Amino acid sequence: MYAQMVKSTGTLMSREDMSPQEAAFQDRVDAGDKIEPQDWMPEGYRKTLIRQIGQHAHSEIVGQLPEGNWITRAPTLERKQILIAKVQDEAGHGLYLYCAAETLGVSRDELTEDLLAGRMKYSSIFNYPTLTWADIGAVGWLVDGAAIMNQVPLQRTSYGPYARAMVRICKEESFHQRQGYSIMMKMVNGTPEQREMAQDALNRFWYPSLMMFGPSDKDSVHSAQSMAWKIKMNSNDELRQKFVDQTVPQAEYLGLTVPDPELRWNEEKGGYDFSEPDWDEFYQVLRGNGPCNAERIGARQKAWDDGAWVREGLMAHAEKHARRVAAE
Amino acid sequence: MSNEWPLWEIFIRGQNGLSHRHVGSLHAPDAEMAVKNARDVYSRRNEGVSIWVVKSADITASVPGEKGPMFEPSQSKIYRHPTFYEIPDDVGHM
Repeated sequence: MYAQMVKSTGTLMSREDMSPQEAAFQDRVDAGDKIEPQDWMPEGYRKTLIRQIGQHAHSEIVGQLPEGNWITRAPTLERKQILIAKVQDEAGHGLYLYCAAETLGVSRDELTEDLLAGRMKYSSIFNYPTLTWADIGAVGWLVDGAAIMNQVPLQRTSYGPYARAMVRICKEESFHQRQGYSIMMKMVNGTPEQREMAQDALNRFWYPSLMMFGPSDKDSVHSAQSMAWKIKMNSNDELRQKFVDQTVPQAEYLGLTVPDPELRWNEEKGGYDFSEPDWDEFYQVLRGNGPCNAERIGARQKAWDDGAWVREGLMAHAEKHARRVAAE
Repeated sequence: MSNEWPLWEIFIRGQNGLSHRHVGSLHAPDAEMAVKNARDVYSRRNEGVSIWVVKSADITASVPGEKGPMFEPSQSKIYRHPTFYEIPDDVGHM
């Protein structure tokens, strides 16, 4: 999930506490009606959505960094082209989402500045380094796989612009996961060293991928209101279980071992039992103490600062040109 | 506060014979850059043969609060639909 622990404003509101306007809004959401930018909406709905869509957008943009790291070192020209296309897609996904957030009355610059100032977050997963080429495979397979799990139901979210952005993103996301798995297949069929690299990448990315779905439901304090508003469609544990059930057979096909000694099939529940990730590590990473937090924000800050003259220059040119046309 | 690039609404014709359709929006300093950016943001997979860009600020929209008076009058005019009229089967397809 690219948006973790999005703070919802307040606890779940009961029907009795709602104003007539709020009740009418909830009725629309319950009926499956889409909310559009000009419609009346509760302030909490608007604020929570800005946080969630903003966090999602930031994740797409920051998510380019760990993969961009390997563009110059991709093993073949074909893999390089594929990786460039994938990273470009992530930029596009970030742009769709920023535009969706902007329909709620926040500007692009505000969103960027909130990210740089640490007031907004991005997914914890992108604070882990990509150390080998196999990591690019693991990121596509596991990280994009986990993202798809979360994003497919969000196509039905109550906020129109967010749902539409999700439809576009989901159409493109499947390529990301498949190209990742294809890298993994190549690696496990290579030399013993390459096989070892693939196993090592799975070892390092398994638990951080499970963390992408956010804390366990019992510790997930913001969910109820967001679910009532249909801006969160499934519980964290529900999606995590689905992800494990889908991914374990894929790991088996690769001949790789999921780094969890407790992992076993539970016939009764029709799913795997598995170990929870280390939640202390998760909170540490969210607090800014992950292996790459400083590097990621540093790169975003540098891009923002270095691009300032381009943004200003092009705007100045456009204004000058418009004045000239007006004078003619 | 910086001088943010204006927002543009992007319309793409998927193939000749179809109308341009709204696909999303983006920021660009001017129309020419908006078209170039739209190509990269909204047609990376052969989605179009033609792009229109319109400054978002130049769009005039109907007021959501006036949805009732605006659109309800047509609801009662069911005689505008062909199914309102019963034509005997004997007449054949019409």
